[in-house]
Amino acid sequence: MAKNTENNVYTVLFATGMVLVVGTLLAFVAASLKGKITENKRIEKQQNILYAMGVNENDDAGVTFVSKDIVDSEFSKYIIKQLVITGTEAVEDSNAYLIDLKKEEAESKAQKRERKLPLFIGEKDGKDYYIIPVRGKGLWDAIWGYVALDSELVVQGVFFDHAGETPGLGANIKERFFMDDFKGEHILDGDKFVGITAAKGNSDPKNLDKTDFEVDAIAGATITGNGLSAMLKKDLKMYMPYLQTLKK
Amino acid sequence: MGLLSKKDAKLIKDPLADNNPITIQVLGICSALAITAELKASIVMAISVMFVLSLGNVVISLIRNIIPSKIRIIVQLVIAATLVIIVDQVLKAFAYELSKQLSVFVGLIITNCIIMGRFEAFALGNGPWRSFLDGIGNSAGYGLILVIVAFFRELLGSGTLLGFKVLGDSVEKTGVYALGYENNGFMLLAPMALITVGIIIWVQRSRNTDLIEDH
Repeated sequence: MAKNTENNVYTVLFATGMVLVVGTLLAFVAASLKGKITENKRIEKQQNILYAMGVNENDDAGVTFVSKDIVDSEFSKYIIKQLVITGTEAVEDSNAYLIDLKKEEAESKAQKRERKLPLFIGEKDGKDYYIIPVRGKGLWDAIWGYVALDSELVVQGVFFDHAGETPGLGANIKERFFMDDFKGEHILDGDKFVGITAAKGNSDPKNLDKTDFEVDAIAGATITGNGLSAMLKKDLKMYMPYLQTLKK
Repeated sequence: MGLLSKKDAKLIKDPLADNNPITIQVLGICSALAITAELKASIVMAISVMFVLSLGNVVISLIRNIIPSKIRIIVQLVIAATLVIIVDQVLKAFAYELSKQLSVFVGLIITNCIIMGRFEAFALGNGPWRSFLDGIGNSAGYGLILVIVAFFRELLGSGTLLGFKVLGDSVEKTGVYALGYENNGFMLLAPMALITVGIIIWVQRSRNTDLIEDH
């Protein structure tokens, strides 16, 4: 090899060529996989919503969603109505679950209009579930989830997920031991909305007191926990005007 | 004759002990501190790094004669990043659940100094097969330390291993917790990972005094 690789012209040409090759390769990979990835995300959303209302295949310890193959039919079986709420008005929309909360928040702010809030109404064993999507900030990145309430607005189940919380610490918000604690928690004090806080040192690690508006926080995940509490307070509150009308 | 010649086998064996990337070369410490709070995450990270490092080493080695030396670091970075993005996208499309578990790790691989270190120190001067073995060896050495550190951190910090409650239930007070044992929450924080790595280095150097540098 007698090629002169120190030459400036060669260096520039090499860099240009490399960028072209790598760019084309990545664009090709991204474009050809995009459909599959979007479909996976849609299925995941359905699985998450069903999980919050207790339609899952959980065993003793882990989180197990209904399987991919049946999620579509399970979703139409258990989710009887999907609403889009603006203020106290509700419109039915069978694609409400596809609303991107992040985009909708930004758009409604930019256009100075009221936010469209998706709400899913599920029915299982004769009981109604109101499933609310929530979204907030953790330590590193976004956190989000779904909260299922019954008609008395008591939590029946939750599902949380995150984009990049620390494994073993903040990432544990999606583990059973944390999510299961929310079952039965109240979010209303009389008629006043309080929300639920992930609290340290609430001397109730087994979470026996369901009306203290607190669950046991995860050690070493203070900021994720605070973000989660703030997310629950802020996002559930937006639904209160509408949900309170149902309660009466 | 075995599968590998003696010289090739050394490429795999050395980084596991006497030339370990973490304890001897002190590379990849950053991710070793961040993700060793649980065993499962460490195993997953080790496998991901093994994939990117061995493949990246081969690619760099194949084009080593045409890389302009002035921009070689950038070229290495681009190749590492490209591989990582491809892995991330393919996982999202074909193994979505697995990609959810990996979450941050895939992105973290780019920042792993072992990758750049091996590209620069080995792949630029050796053929593809030897570079591949070097990649496997070094990522295995990295993974080994990760697993050891995570084993102690998860066991002492959370009382579990791979999520199983091996010491009993800390809330219900069964197993060793019935005797008054408590989890050490400090083990879950990054400083304890550094101390654990330090202890491993200490043990390793006191067993093999050749590793101690003279001053």
